[in-house]
Amino acid sequence: MPMSGSDIEATILAALPGAEVELKDLAGDNDHWAATVTAEQFAGKTRVQQHKMVYAAFGPKMGNELHALQVTTLVPN
Amino acid sequence: MADSNTRISKTVKENDVVLFMKGTPLFPQCGFSSRAIAILDHCGVAYESVDVLQDMEIRQGIKAYSDWPTIPQLYVKGEFVGGSDIMMEMFEAGELQQMMNEQGVAKAES
Repeated sequence: MPMSGSDIEATILAALPGAEVELKDLAGDNDHWAATVTAEQFAGKTRVQQHKMVYAAFGPKMGNELHALQVTTLVPN
Repeated sequence: MADSNTRISKTVKENDVVLFMKGTPLFPQCGFSSRAIAILDHCGVAYESVDVLQDMEIRQGIKAYSDWPTIPQLYVKGEFVGGSDIMMEMFEAGELQQMMNEQGVAKAES
């Protein structure tokens, strides 16, 4: 059962409150997503740490219910 | 598990640049792996690839090895660099090429 866009956004927001999440359905199949996440919590973290914070929000769903998520992380200006 | 850890650790230490991927550089089996290969080819570096689809133990073990849930995964000089998104961000910023230069990794034979 793939995750819907609103599920993905809610999952990221639960882990990173106040973040800005922009989602794009890459293939139009509700299964391959790109997320741009802008969050204060990323400040001072390396890219690997930032991406891990996003992946951590999904726990074991990553790679299972959530088949493909392209992640871009940004720190707000 | 311990055994796959040992094998992964050996692979990333014996090769300057290693990509754990789905499929092979010629026949990638996933869009993300395909993108990672394209980036490495653009960087013009020699790399070793490991097809995780041929080895279930490595496929699971690599996720635990760097606490990173997805494939592909790039390692340079034994250090985990990131997945294909990070590779793309670094490549676009010129940081990936710079890192390969600084680490003194071998160029691809043309």
